[in-house]
Amino acid sequence: MGTISFRRKALDSTMKALFFLAALLVILPLFLIFFDLLIKGAKELKLTLLIDLPHPVGEPGGGIANGIAGTLVITLMTMLWSVPTAVMCGIYLAEYGRGKFASAVRFAADTMTGVPSIIMGIFGYILLVLPMKRFSAWAGAAALSMIFIPVVVRTTEEMLRTVPTTVREAALALGIARWKATLRITVRTAWPGILTGILLAMARIIGETAPLLFTALGNQFWQTRLDQPIAAVPLQVFTYAISPYEDWHDKAWAGALVLITMVLVINIVARVLTRRKR
Amino acid sequence: MENVFEIRDLSSWFGENQVLKMIRMDIAKNSVTSVMGPSGCGKSTFIRCLNRMHDMTPGFRIEGEILLDGTNIYSEKVDPVYLRRRVGMVFQQPNPFPRMTVFENVAVGLKLNGRNLSRADIAEKVERSLVMAALWNEVKDHLSRSGVSLSGGQQQRLCIARALAVEPEVLLMDEPCSALDPMSTAKIEELIEDLSEKYTIAVVTHNMQQAARISDQVAFILMGELIEMDKSGKIFTNPSDKRTEEYITGRFG
Amino acid sequence: MARKTGGNIKDLLFERTTGAFAFLVLFLAALLFAVLLRESMPALRKFGAAFLVTGTWDPVLDQFGALPFIYGTLVSSFLAVLIAVPLSVGAAIFINEFAPPWMKTPVSFLAELLAAIPSVIYGLWGIFVLVPVLRDWFMKPVTKYLGWIPLFKGPVYGPSMLAAGVLLAIMIVPFILSVSREVLATVPQRQKEAVLSLGGTRWEMLRIVIGQHCIPGIFGATILGLGRALGETMAVTMVIGNRPEAILSLFQPGYSMAAVIANEFTEAVGDVYLSSLVLIGLVLFTMTLAVNLAAKWILTKMVARASRGI
Repeated sequence: MGTISFRRKALDSTMKALFFLAALLVILPLFLIFFDLLIKGAKELKLTLLIDLPHPVGEPGGGIANGIAGTLVITLMTMLWSVPTAVMCGIYLAEYGRGKFASAVRFAADTMTGVPSIIMGIFGYILLVLPMKRFSAWAGAAALSMIFIPVVVRTTEEMLRTVPTTVREAALALGIARWKATLRITVRTAWPGILTGILLAMARIIGETAPLLFTALGNQFWQTRLDQPIAAVPLQVFTYAISPYEDWHDKAWAGALVLITMVLVINIVARVLTRRKR
Repeated sequence: MENVFEIRDLSSWFGENQVLKMIRMDIAKNSVTSVMGPSGCGKSTFIRCLNRMHDMTPGFRIEGEILLDGTNIYSEKVDPVYLRRRVGMVFQQPNPFPRMTVFENVAVGLKLNGRNLSRADIAEKVERSLVMAALWNEVKDHLSRSGVSLSGGQQQRLCIARALAVEPEVLLMDEPCSALDPMSTAKIEELIEDLSEKYTIAVVTHNMQQAARISDQVAFILMGELIEMDKSGKIFTNPSDKRTEEYITGRFG
Repeated sequence: MARKTGGNIKDLLFERTTGAFAFLVLFLAALLFAVLLRESMPALRKFGAAFLVTGTWDPVLDQFGALPFIYGTLVSSFLAVLIAVPLSVGAAIFINEFAPPWMKTPVSFLAELLAAIPSVIYGLWGIFVLVPVLRDWFMKPVTKYLGWIPLFKGPVYGPSMLAAGVLLAIMIVPFILSVSREVLATVPQRQKEAVLSLGGTRWEMLRIVIGQHCIPGIFGATILGLGRALGETMAVTMVIGNRPEAILSLFQPGYSMAAVIANEFTEAVGDVYLSSLVLIGLVLFTMTLAVNLAAKWILTKMVARASRGI
């Protein structure tokens, strides 16, 4: 019985090493980015960052309070009408969705999830900014809901489909009306998964910049009216990053750190939720 | 002895495929009737006709009548939801509702029935159902444990309690013990005997010894047809039909 | 028992209500397309199909052509895929086949984390970390010695097609990685064991087995990654240099469809200008739609083959 030739062994080891290298290179940027976020972001990370409004160019200090408020306002607005729409649509597809209409709806939702987010910004602009003749939180929320809804429709339908038929059968066999059985038993069973889907979609829209560029536009001042341009943290990060001022660059990093924290916290909460309620 | 169910010339189809053929049967009040036969003979299909579970199946068609206390349950006047409160069902795989406690599982039929009972009423009925299902002593201190954390046999008794909570008259059981170990099976067979004092019970089973043990009447179904139905003593010792004899002596499925 | 359709009406109402929301979703998708089409009409009528191949971008003279942006989008995306696919597949092979089992969950978690980072943060990192590093450690040296090759011609500023390609690659890796891992996991264990028991090394086994089973799936993953890269906006805008010219050199600034929309939309005066930008959006929309459909089709076919036990 012979042994494997040296050449084959060497090739095997080389490939193994290359694969390992690939894995390393794939993970590396993550650590670099987080490292930079922490180091560079910490420079400007004071309480004033979260509480103050932006100062004019040249004046040191100031913060992104208006951006944080704006992000919260737009996100809440978006979710207010998007969550019911998406969940109800998901329920329809899971419980009644067998014909051509349902297939069309699924196709529409799938298509929308692949559309670049800047296109949703164009949508918001044409639909709301043009007729209203101004940029507004409404338009920003409209654009973001076009991203939020299709994603949550899919995840809701998927989660409902994982509820076994026996659960539905048992509910009906008890003499519970179908609509009640669907809402109070099937949806309730799938709820942790549905909620996770909602939270992950929320984390995503919090980080979106492109759809807001010409809908919400951004705002230097404190502004929470819905029909006016409004600030948002990702917009501020963008504006500061591409500006020529050094201290604005620092603020960009700090804003990015705040943004990634918001996104990560929601992500983690969403995952913990799924794990716990099993 | 009055009849609860009178089944007249029941035939049914899944699409083009005929599954039940002209079944005539009476089910007496407070009796235990076993429905037996080889796999695929239509016994599960048959029993699900009795509480209109096939309403949800597209392509299902039925002819003939099933009279519950004189009224055809498939007539347009009958609300299937209301029917299912009178005719309860227990399934082959124990299926307590996940993410609900033991208490909630039993109470859910009461709560969602639109009857608006007080919390005290519900608690009392839950206890009563669990007692009737011979589960109360094992779970009375653990009512807020998750329903699915119980053992297989306990889960099935939980499902029985859940079905009993809505106070039906008839209990349909589709191979209730086939997923359980012998000890749990024995417990449930004993339970069926006790329950038959108050309820009319129909059990689908492929276990002939079980049918012999628990039932008053046994119906033998083969390829969608009711071959023979008689007292359990007679069917197993002196069947009238040759096919019944062949099934009992194990000559096929 | 003879209680009529009281319950039935509520059931019907529930079905209709949820159905109405489903219709709303369908309507929104149709509205999106309709809106894009309508607003790009002026530009479509003025330029026609030539829009796709014209290189002028002149707001003053109202002459617009999408060529530099289409070029930029395609080049940066293909470059990204070129870099990302070997790395992702290699990493997927390592994680699935060579890594100790305890490593799988943390690695999946890290990949998910990468996917959750907002585009603007990638862009920020791109501007201040990636671009300087690429410029000083790669582009400047290469252009010094190989600058005669058109692909590497200087002068080097930093923001460039290459920077966009590399940054995009980092961004699409998590998606290609997770799909590749799924594809690799569908290979039946028996087949792997068969090759190994014949005396093959691990690499030889992988080469055979992947070659037989996984090519369509990995191809599908590639197309999926391409679809994501095509639509990326913020990160690309921040590192590509924003020069509306189609230049061969990877070290030169370029532009992409999404980037030009992002940068110039608010400044667009006049119907034709705005309409041209919307038309670019429509082209981008169509491109990503086609690519995503292709990816889905390939992946479904692959799943069907796998389930047939091929």
